[in-house]
Amino acid sequence: MAGVARTLKRRRIVNAVMLAVFVGAAVLAVLPLIFIFLHLLKLGIGSLSWDFFTKMPKPVGEAGGGLANAISGTLILIGLASAVGLPIGVGAGLFLAEQKGSKLANGVRFLSDVLNGLPSIVMGIFAWQFLVRPVGHFSALAGGAALGAMMIPMVARTTEEMVGIVPVALGEAALALGYPRWRTSLAIVLRTASAGIVTGALVAIARIAGETAPLLFTAFGNQFWSLSLRQPIAALPLQIFSYAISPYDSWHSLAWAGALVLIALIFIISLIARVATRSRFSTGGGD
Amino acid sequence: MTLPERAIIATRQEDDGVTLRIQGAAIGDRVYSGAITFFALCIPFLLLAIAWEIGSAGWPALHKFGFGFLTSSDGDPVQGEFGAAPAIYGTIVSSIIALVLATPLAIGVSLFLSELAPRWLRQPVGFLVDLLAAIPSVVYGLWGIFVLLPVLRDPVMPFLRDTLHLDKTGLFSGPAYGPSMLAAGIILAIMVLPYIASVSREVLLAVPRSQREAALALGATRWESIWGAVLPYARSGIVGGIILGLGRALGETMAVTMLIGNRPEIAASLFAPGYTMASLLANEFSEASSDAHLSALMAVGFVLFLITVIVNAIARWLVWRVR
Amino acid sequence: MATERAVAADDVSLVSATPVADSPAPRMRVDSLDAWFGSVHAVKGVNMHVRDRRVTAIIGPSGCGKSTFLRCLNRMHETVPTARVEGEVELDGRDIYARGVNAIAVRRHIGMVFQRPTPFPTMSIRDNVAAGLRALESGRPSRTKIDEVVERALVRAALWDEVKDRLSTSATGLSGGQQQRLCIARALATDPTVLLLDEPTASLDPISAQAVEELVYELRSDMTIVIVTHNMQQAARVSDSTAFFLHGELVEMDETNRIFTTPADERTEAYITGRFG
Repeated sequence: MAGVARTLKRRRIVNAVMLAVFVGAAVLAVLPLIFIFLHLLKLGIGSLSWDFFTKMPKPVGEAGGGLANAISGTLILIGLASAVGLPIGVGAGLFLAEQKGSKLANGVRFLSDVLNGLPSIVMGIFAWQFLVRPVGHFSALAGGAALGAMMIPMVARTTEEMVGIVPVALGEAALALGYPRWRTSLAIVLRTASAGIVTGALVAIARIAGETAPLLFTAFGNQFWSLSLRQPIAALPLQIFSYAISPYDSWHSLAWAGALVLIALIFIISLIARVATRSRFSTGGGD
Repeated sequence: MTLPERAIIATRQEDDGVTLRIQGAAIGDRVYSGAITFFALCIPFLLLAIAWEIGSAGWPALHKFGFGFLTSSDGDPVQGEFGAAPAIYGTIVSSIIALVLATPLAIGVSLFLSELAPRWLRQPVGFLVDLLAAIPSVVYGLWGIFVLLPVLRDPVMPFLRDTLHLDKTGLFSGPAYGPSMLAAGIILAIMVLPYIASVSREVLLAVPRSQREAALALGATRWESIWGAVLPYARSGIVGGIILGLGRALGETMAVTMLIGNRPEIAASLFAPGYTMASLLANEFSEASSDAHLSALMAVGFVLFLITVIVNAIARWLVWRVR
Repeated sequence: MATERAVAADDVSLVSATPVADSPAPRMRVDSLDAWFGSVHAVKGVNMHVRDRRVTAIIGPSGCGKSTFLRCLNRMHETVPTARVEGEVELDGRDIYARGVNAIAVRRHIGMVFQRPTPFPTMSIRDNVAAGLRALESGRPSRTKIDEVVERALVRAALWDEVKDRLSTSATGLSGGQQQRLCIARALATDPTVLLLDEPTASLDPISAQAVEELVYELRSDMTIVIVTHNMQQAARVSDSTAFFLHGELVEMDETNRIFTTPADERTEAYITGRFG
């Protein structure tokens, strides 16, 4: 009996210790995030000013200056990436949802996951080889295409998921009204799923907004103001990178400020996505 | 049956052009399914194009240096000699460090969220862990340079080496500069943690209640039910999550480039700087001095492509099997 | 009677103005129809006449193939993967499965309402009713024309008074019974010759169900209706003739009162007296 009691006591202790370990793991996992945010705020907010958003970078030694070109460049790259990634992603997602179970759909779904897991640097050198090398110069277009290609699998999978939860009966009702299939898919099914797809698209945009590696050899960065799609273009992540590895303190502060703005941008996009998700199942809102 | 009746469909078609419209609809269907099939085929096509473009660009190097390319450390671009061994070694070692650090934490968090946490705490904590995945690599790198490296330099590295006398293992010896394999591994651990955690959490939440309750009903403690009933059930899914994290770690570029020190040497000590395939590409690609150098870099890119494709395929297979 | 029908036929503008044949003449004729899901033989060699401007009820235990049969009548069955149909279904003497006949054209003549209400959630009440119309006409009909048709359809579906003040609000805000009548209005808006109802009251509360039943009874004055139901009282109340299905076969079809009083087949009798199903 004493042995049983001792075993029971030991089991209880082991139990308590292990449960404490889980709590500790949770705390430890969240800590880096908190530290990163604190440091971003502490080190980034000091360099944020109106100039940061409106002025161009200044050479080392000159005070002030901002990242206006990098901010506009990032927005342009996001636009280009969406132009490439959204139509292909949504189209592929519709295919996956409508051909569910077919061999081709299963294969495409699998490859889409594989593509999603490809390192972004691989996408970068591919875009260089495919779009920069033949032309002979870096360009915003190449950068946008590389980011857009990264969006495709993400958008495709959310589209598939969102179209999948639209009741089959809704599509049947449209078919029974004499809608052709394509119209049923676009005007009824896709439209019903659109809020969820918008959310997924925003999540994908938030993810590619901070990508650096695919831009290193495509958009390349630009110290000057440029909106041309055929020229190299600045981007926040690129600018953060080159400032961070520079030896100058003033550039380091700009890097922190840039990182803070980039994170803020990503969070705003994610926040919009969350709000969009929340209203997904509420009323459609009429005409 | 009278004729006008029989002709209803036909009459209507003639009357208001339904015929045309309906033919148009059939064309619309064909255009639509053609379009979505085309978009779907973009995905395999893109993968093939990546393999082909990078593979063919790297072919001259692979052809010239043969298999030795992967195992040689002679890196002298000026002499036209390249070896990918340090980068491959660094990729593997930094990823191993990342997984060793991240896996227990990720499983711990997921168990906390799926088994222990009160309902009100689950969403916020899960959200915070997911947020880790939303932070761009370059921001991790920035944070690593200015926060992590100083902390590693002093006190962490000296503590490991001198106070714990771990220098005798060889892994924690040598000067504590900061930029090192260890630094890269730690930042990678933080970065892959949300991936492993989210897959694990999903898999753990999919474990049927009966599985837990059966163990608890037999008098098992909470931990015993987790260890004996929940984890075995979720094991293959969790392994899938770990391999998914491995895929991320292998190809992670910016943060690693900023923290690993970028020195093409194989050193036993984790305090020493190193190289990974991704950081090699990020560093040298835009400075490639010759076609041979470029081709060698493309070859490295191709190897990285192949490895991540294989790793992701395995991960997917494992995670799918559970669902 | 004859003149009244002619007027009704005029109302239903897609029907030619010529008076149709007398009531017993079939509007639809089904000839040795077989239907499959993959290898499951769901409908077996069914022959049936569907009379014009009458309500035909189809009853039978669940899984007897009655819904599948109904879906064969407007070529909805084939929208399901692996589904297959053989045999003939004639609408006004024309085989709807004939080569060159477009399924979409067929469905515009033969409307359908499903078990669960399916209002399009992204559309207003008005847009829901006009949905079929927009797909039908070449070019966008004028706003006034749409409003006209919407009002007429809603009036016929006995929903107009309840929704006329909120036509531009979302259709998902309606009650289940209202949603189902909205779906009927939506089907009516394109002026179909035949209306197929697949257990239209199965998901409704008794009061809403009664409203739909009364509507069905009203509608038969100017259109042909086929209703699948698991509710025998409902079949007895609303239908003129009733068909009993069992294991994919049409066991018996006759005047409704005869089916429920003196069925010819003992399986029918067993079913209606509640001995199985």
